[in-house]
Amino acid sequence: MSATILFWSILAAQVLLALAMVACVYRMIQGPRAQDRILGLDALYVCAMLMLVAFGIRTGTTVYFEVALIIGLLGFVGTVALAKFLMRGEVIE
Amino acid sequence: MIEAADVPVWAAILVSVLVLAGALLTLVGCIGLARFESFYQRVHAPTIGTSFGTILLLLGSIVYFTVTSQRLAVHEVLIFVFVSVTTPVTLMLLARAALYRDRAEGNDNVPPSADPEYTDQA
Repeated sequence: MSATILFWSILAAQVLLALAMVACVYRMIQGPRAQDRILGLDALYVCAMLMLVAFGIRTGTTVYFEVALIIGLLGFVGTVALAKFLMRGEVIE
Repeated sequence: MIEAADVPVWAAILVSVLVLAGALLTLVGCIGLARFESFYQRVHAPTIGTSFGTILLLLGSIVYFTVTSQRLAVHEVLIFVFVSVTTPVTLMLLARAALYRDRAEGNDNVPPSADPEYTDQA
């Protein structure tokens, strides 16, 4: 009973997160400017991180949690570097 | 490996509601990201996913792993702390970069700088 509830609800949550990722990819492709694309990438990172947390609940292992933490870290660094690049034209001053 | 069948029904329902609500809020934020008109409106939208979407999904994860492992599992708090600290920093930097670019190009959709010393050579 509880396995069925968990299976279907986590599947539905993953479908919703996948739709959210599609919306982010649409914004990344559509633009219109560089800052919009970076914003789409940042939101895509967050969606991927939440997707991995949902995978972790589904499989019952904590490995996915560590992957989600790494994605959160790298997404932050990437977005900050890209925003710096937009501002100054170079990443490291 | 933990079997999902060991979870009591109340915990399964609680986890389901939390995870579904978190995913739904994230989806709403990303639809806003795709549909809003200008960049300065769009920059608000995904934060609903990084705040309450993340909180609810991680709460579901905490409840699930606490119930299945028979002890308090709070390592998801790490992700929450990290995301809630970094998101304002990244979006502030991005919005300031966009504002700088719009001013440098002389676009009409942004107010002029309040700083009288301001030049385009920032």
